[in-house]
Amino acid sequence: MASNENNAARINRQIHLPFRRAIVISMRSIKNRMVRSFITVGGIFLAITFLMAILTSSAITDKIQKKQLDQIQTENIVAQTEADKAENATQIWLIVISLIVCGVGITNAMLMSVTERFREIGTMKCLGALNRFIVELFILESAFQGLIGAAAGMSTGIILTVMSFIWKYGWSKVIVSIPVLNLIGQGAMAIVIGTLLAIVAAVYPARIATKMMPADALTREV
Amino acid sequence: MAEENMVRMINVVKEYIMGTVTVNALKKINLVIEKGEYISIMGPSGSGKSTLFNMIGGLDKPSQGKIYIDEVDIAQLDAYELAWLRCRKIGYIFQSFNLIPVMSALENVTLPMIFAGLTQDEYTKKGVEILERIGLGDRIMHKPLELSGGQQQRVAIARALANDPVIILADEPTGNLDLRTGREIIDLMKSLNKEKKVTIITATHDLKMLDVSDRVVWIRDGMVERIEERADLDLKVGTIEGKEI
Repeated sequence: MASNENNAARINRQIHLPFRRAIVISMRSIKNRMVRSFITVGGIFLAITFLMAILTSSAITDKIQKKQLDQIQTENIVAQTEADKAENATQIWLIVISLIVCGVGITNAMLMSVTERFREIGTMKCLGALNRFIVELFILESAFQGLIGAAAGMSTGIILTVMSFIWKYGWSKVIVSIPVLNLIGQGAMAIVIGTLLAIVAAVYPARIATKMMPADALTREV
Repeated sequence: MAEENMVRMINVVKEYIMGTVTVNALKKINLVIEKGEYISIMGPSGSGKSTLFNMIGGLDKPSQGKIYIDEVDIAQLDAYELAWLRCRKIGYIFQSFNLIPVMSALENVTLPMIFAGLTQDEYTKKGVEILERIGLGDRIMHKPLELSGGQQQRVAIARALANDPVIILADEPTGNLDLRTGREIIDLMKSLNKEKKVTIITATHDLKMLDVSDRVVWIRDGMVERIEERADLDLKVGTIEGKEI
């Protein structure tokens, strides 16, 4: 058929799923399966809390070292924080691994979701939904969960770390050593990492969803 | 009388390969369905009824032979065109209703309209109209969980009518409903068939469907056993039904 691409493009324009609609549907789907969503969000929350704690720890440590405090006290603090730094390096590795494990868990949870919703997916295809709508819905769902988990993890990571520093070194020293700008930057990065992780983890399940044939999806007895 | 053929099946064969065994689901089906007809496809389980049904609905492609839906050869359509067909030309009704659980009745009905690109005002207005026509005007914001089986099936019928399709395919529409509700659904479908002149094709076990059908196609072992006209059926229905339910 000549101009197959033109044809596809033409039909692409004729079948729509407005983005706002897709968002509403995705968010409702999350609400509908709250417990499983908590597990997914919880996984990301923990991983990102860990990540943020390490980042915050390094950031505050650096700032303390840079600050010209009482000479003697600074030396003590420097020695202590050097030790912390070495620990941090190992912890970075742990974080990478924990992020991967988290991602695998999300993929598993999304695959379960796709399998459970085979009727819903098949029905939407019967109503004319294009494959990319299905992908969009699942990716959005995962992205929201990632965003929420990462935001919560970021806040918790920062708060816990700051509190632990205050406990170790005292209020007055730490409160002037919080590198706000750095933390904002790192916090944004942590949120992006968490959200991206959730999105990437959902790609494979979303593809599985598009492979479902409307006919199989509907006439199969459960 | 100008006959417009809505569906034409010519020497349609469907084979499934399961491992080393080839299953002949359909063996040379020839069938013509006219515009505005109400057709029931009846047959025992395993007769190929569902396979035939899927073919007519563009949900599956034949191994051999041709199927024309509104004079379009569906075997030639790619995924996009099939999606368009399902969105605009064909409405589907299922045994298990298949409403999207996270959406209200109105949202379920208007989803195909959203796909078709209607604006929010347009699709809300049209959705409410259709729901009122089928008698659920006071339940438009209810989720499927909050509706009875019969009501859910009515929402499904409303959804099937969303984009004014030319064909409605109903796969065992009364399968999950009790006798009285099933009767109501069948009556609703018949009145819509007459009112909107939409071709209705049902695959069913339900004998109540017999008296509303223009023709009945009996399938057995993947072949059309016989096709009965309404007139031939009238005599039999009297003995099957007995009392009015």
